[in-house]
Amino acid sequence: MTDTLKRTPLFEVHVAAGARMVPFSGWEMPVQYVGIIEEHRAVRTRAGLFDVSHMGEVDVQGPGAIPFVQSLVTNDVSKLAIGQALYTPMCTPDAGVIDDLLVYRMSDTDLMLVVNAGNTPEDLAWIRGHAAPGVRITDRSAEIALLAFQGPRAPAILQTLTAVPLTEITYYWFRPNSTVAGRSVILSRTGYTGEDGFELYARAEDAVHLWAAILDAGSSDGVMPAGLGARDTLRLEAGYLLHGNDMDKTTSPLEVGLSWTVKLQKGEFIGADVLRRQKAEGVRRRLVGFTLEGRAIARHGFPIHAGGTADGRVTSGSFGPTVEKSIGLGLVPVEGAEAGRPLAVEIRGRAVPGAVTKLPFYSRSK
Amino acid sequence: MYPKELRYSTEHEWAKTEGKRVRIGITKFAADHLSDVVYIELPAVGTEIKFMETFGVVESVKAVSDLYAPVSGKVVEINKALVEKPEVLNTDPYGEGWMILVEPTSPGEMDKLLDAAAYAAHLGEAQS
Repeated sequence: MTDTLKRTPLFEVHVAAGARMVPFSGWEMPVQYVGIIEEHRAVRTRAGLFDVSHMGEVDVQGPGAIPFVQSLVTNDVSKLAIGQALYTPMCTPDAGVIDDLLVYRMSDTDLMLVVNAGNTPEDLAWIRGHAAPGVRITDRSAEIALLAFQGPRAPAILQTLTAVPLTEITYYWFRPNSTVAGRSVILSRTGYTGEDGFELYARAEDAVHLWAAILDAGSSDGVMPAGLGARDTLRLEAGYLLHGNDMDKTTSPLEVGLSWTVKLQKGEFIGADVLRRQKAEGVRRRLVGFTLEGRAIARHGFPIHAGGTADGRVTSGSFGPTVEKSIGLGLVPVEGAEAGRPLAVEIRGRAVPGAVTKLPFYSRSK
Repeated sequence: MYPKELRYSTEHEWAKTEGKRVRIGITKFAADHLSDVVYIELPAVGTEIKFMETFGVVESVKAVSDLYAPVSGKVVEINKALVEKPEVLNTDPYGEGWMILVEPTSPGEMDKLLDAAAYAAHLGEAQS
């Protein structure tokens, strides 16, 4: 048998709801309840509720917390206001991406880092290995559950469960100690679907109550639970990267389209030297979006012929249920990275034609 | 779930004798398991297919699966409507979700396939 998989506080709820449970990053997670495409469309048109409690949460506290995290990540944490969150890669000295994370500024001496489930142990070891004096690092992953409530109707439905005026929380801001359905949560206007919505950091023991309360409040609006399968097609259409697929320690943030998160002027941080050099010299390959003709799907690892000196490779690919096309992300030589350039993906020995497509594939009307 | 008039392969294809021809598709079990079918690749009319060798591909959002021929023979018709609307496979695997019509070269191969009860038993074993 395989190693024991971890379970979130909502495991029994998922099984009772008829979810198909699969191993994911060391966790036993719901990949779908009724079907990936139906759940995807529910999130795009109404709202869907995801259990993403497998994500890791790490508190970094103390007078040195902000300068310490600033030295670990590529984005500029000093610009964050209290109550604001930031997306950033965390790199090796060679500028490879160890993980991509969210940094929440709870106070001047208290940050919360939200990291990918499968990377949590490695991230913790890396962070602890570089810890400066005056900084306390606490892994809170086991005690925190994370629910993502996403979709155009999510804010109005959530508003029926809380007195917090949700319009006051704008994109990438959050409010701690918010009471939702009688339970205290961090209410964060963030997500990974390309839709409006919130993520709720709750105590693990409150997860089942909150899950039921949100689904109940949304039942007349067609809200449904959504699994990791829909989460993946939603994030791909929105052009969001998945660490471990689209980037890892062998790719730099500048290669994968995350230059907007690399702040070379902010002072020294791990990876800055290599990133400075890459920026001056230019990178040789780039992560691009692509669209294929027909409906065959480009899977992770398939070769891409995009011109240039070397083959590219697919990093993510799927059928996009909203754009109704075969779409994907892939690393290609810079010569072939311009939007509109033709390319071909090798699928089962056949070169399927397509074109480089500007990201995102889908953006919601605001 | 598994109509009695059909014969089944252990790879979850069904075969239905229609006069001198055999109609072929995949079972409800396979369609449910794949879920969200988005692409189907079928052989051209005239292609010779061989018993338990691949004749096509089904892709769902999450996975790709080969299709195995439950009989050898020549493909005389393919379900073009299914290629256009692959999701039909999830709703009607034994009806509008049929895949190919074949003129078998070794009709005796049908005897190697499972009947509905044996296929259900096979699934019981496979699921445990």
